[in-house]
Amino acid sequence: MVDHTHQDIDAATGTATTGHEWDGIKELNTPLPKWWLYVLYATMVWSVGYWILYPAIPLPGGQTPGILGWSSRGAVTAELQDLQAQRASMVTQLNNSTLQQIASDPKMAEFARAFGHSAFGVNCAPCHGSNGQGSKGYPNLTADRWLWGGTLDQISATITHGARYGDPDGHQGDMPAWGTAGLDKQQIENVANYVYSLSHKTTADVSAGQKVFADNCAACHGENAKGNPDVGAPNLTTRIWLYGGDKADLIQTITYGRGGHMPAWGSKLDPATIKALTVYVHSLGGGQ
Amino acid sequence: MTIGEMLGIILSFAGAFLTLFIASRAYTAAYAFHMFLFALAGFGSAFLIFKRYTNRPAFIPQEIDGRPNYNYGPIQFASLAAVLWGIAGFLVGLIVALELAYPDLSMGLPWINFGRLRPLHTSAVIFAFGGNVLISTSLYVVQRTCRARLAGELAPWFVVLGYNLFIVIAGTGYLLGITQSKEYAEPEWYADLWLTIVWVSYLMVFLATLWKRKEPHIYVANWFTLAFIITIAMLHLGNNAAIPVSIFSPKSYIVWSGVQDAMFQWWYGHNAVGFFLTAGFLAIMYYFVPKRAERPVYSYRLSIIHFWALIFMYIWAGPHHLHYTALPDWAGTLGMTFSIMLWMPSWGGMINGLMTLSGAWDKLRTDPVLRMLVVSVAFYGMSTFEGPLMSIKVVNSLSHYTDWTIGHVHSGALGWVGFVSFGALYCMIPWVFNRRLYSLKLVNWHFWVATIGIVLYITAMWVSGILQGLMWRAYTANGFLEYSFIETVEAMHPFYVIRAAGGGLFLVGALIMAFNFYKTLASPEEAGAPEAKPALAPAE
Repeated sequence: MVDHTHQDIDAATGTATTGHEWDGIKELNTPLPKWWLYVLYATMVWSVGYWILYPAIPLPGGQTPGILGWSSRGAVTAELQDLQAQRASMVTQLNNSTLQQIASDPKMAEFARAFGHSAFGVNCAPCHGSNGQGSKGYPNLTADRWLWGGTLDQISATITHGARYGDPDGHQGDMPAWGTAGLDKQQIENVANYVYSLSHKTTADVSAGQKVFADNCAACHGENAKGNPDVGAPNLTTRIWLYGGDKADLIQTITYGRGGHMPAWGSKLDPATIKALTVYVHSLGGGQ
Repeated sequence: MTIGEMLGIILSFAGAFLTLFIASRAYTAAYAFHMFLFALAGFGSAFLIFKRYTNRPAFIPQEIDGRPNYNYGPIQFASLAAVLWGIAGFLVGLIVALELAYPDLSMGLPWINFGRLRPLHTSAVIFAFGGNVLISTSLYVVQRTCRARLAGELAPWFVVLGYNLFIVIAGTGYLLGITQSKEYAEPEWYADLWLTIVWVSYLMVFLATLWKRKEPHIYVANWFTLAFIITIAMLHLGNNAAIPVSIFSPKSYIVWSGVQDAMFQWWYGHNAVGFFLTAGFLAIMYYFVPKRAERPVYSYRLSIIHFWALIFMYIWAGPHHLHYTALPDWAGTLGMTFSIMLWMPSWGGMINGLMTLSGAWDKLRTDPVLRMLVVSVAFYGMSTFEGPLMSIKVVNSLSHYTDWTIGHVHSGALGWVGFVSFGALYCMIPWVFNRRLYSLKLVNWHFWVATIGIVLYITAMWVSGILQGLMWRAYTANGFLEYSFIETVEAMHPFYVIRAAGGGLFLVGALIMAFNFYKTLASPEEAGAPEAKPALAPAE
């Protein structure tokens, strides 16, 4: 394309132009930069080498495997096997030990807590929070307050069978919706005032609510309102609340009832993982 | 009245009545709304064609006094649309960045939750801002470098207005929840069909203008534009092959399934980057950098080799978006090795852009517009090194699904595409409106504010991305994952705040630019064309 008979030399660079001009723009006829060309060739050579070493070409019978025999599926399988081998002896010990043995043996307990922390982050943290601190509707697992009991065996049963999740061995108790189960608005307000007074000093007369409580609520929550882990009825005498503790929350809870779900992890996780989770949750601060 | 004008009016009415009919039986209110918009556009277009017919001279000359009678009207419209869409897109980007840092910000409203605003942001900046920049500059450059008036009188207007109608349909659709859930290809079948018509018209206008050129050779910028238009047409048709549920429903089902669909999606997605955001903007670089620097292009030979190498290599690179998925290993190898081979072809454009400055480097001190163009080329070079690096499987195993990818995209999008667009608009808007740019000082402010914004953005995303990747793969001595996913999300918060601050600065820069253009257009028209001394052209 260069017109050699009438070379137009660019003064600043001393390079000839191609002799064309578009809207005032000319082009220099500079050769390709050598380093640029050699790096381009090098990437091509490297690529051909890669095609020989790794799976690269689709053929009717399947892809070429490459000299190294590498595959992404094979690589991840190998990594997981390494990981399992690393954990194997301790996992076997967990499987062969009771929860009490695991919790009392320092080495096993440390391993179980590490295992449980990891499993908790993946499976439990979305509801219970990354540190087990819970949030409204999702129980806090770090305090000495348990709906269904806080011993190792009770925690293990809750994790394995869940609550209100279709597992026949799971926890079933519901808080009824008293708004449609026999209490009128005035009664609900009275009993809410009474329950509120159990954890707050008050001079108001709450005897009307106390009567409603004795007739309707004490069966599950107990005469003294201290709860009953056998039916998942919470203690109502402290200021720790799963669904909020101000009067509006209480009225809502009494009117519409409550019945949160917890999955039955026994069908999803293996026994060792559940043991590890149990020991981990037990160790968060509230284990009994 | 010409045959084209008559046909235009007939087709406008036909389209309007067809869409009114569809609207009357639409399954959903949102779809009926879109069909009403089409009908409105149809009646509006018939009216505009007729009004233009009554006002125009009987004969529009191709040349006046031996000089081409350039057609700047559609370019004026598209360049201003680019500024407006740009600001809208950057603003939505800032909002989604803040929603990531403060998730409750959407206040539970479905129309402004992250899932709907994110495609609004990406489409607004890529297709609305970037698309209008590409259409306006390409229609300008092809006329100037061919010394020929744009082919067709109504057709260029149809391209510009039709494209912006597509943008409105796409954007309102996202907010109303209409999407086919394919990244960067979210609009549903009817918007896709409309875009196809517009895009083929764009190709025809461009080709016909090249055909009637008065220059013996086709300038390099036009090769890149042509590659961009043709490849985008091919990608659009391939990735959007879908069967509508009914003509009265916005919903459609894609014909590809499973891993083939993923493969098609990323063949499309990566080449949207390669041909829309790279080839198209390289065309801008090849015209505006030498024009503004008043220097010849560094190497004609390099431009040929890197052009062909770039368009040949790019089209294979898509599978690197799907490493470590159900994609067969051979396809991953193909995507990765072609990405590596793409490194030098990409850098050919950077070398040609930067080295064109030889003999004119001093201008960077005094001309902030040229500085913006040159820094854009530097960002281009950085991103096109980072891209091949991230396509390597072992690097990708760390970077994939992390914010590193977001940082990489934005060093290309803000640094390269954004700055080269701003630079081109600062040149071209004064040229096509025949005015002097109001203030170079404000350009300087725009440059520095936006540059600081970009640096904040990409460094925050590098740190958070690599931190995220390392946290995801951290194992304890006992062989268990050290962090849960939610802990990695918590660790991202400060970087998300910094990122939003960077994006905010970038938006401020664009607002400074819009003010500068407002003052430019408010100033009186100049007799001769100002700045950079383009050949005299009669105003339209």
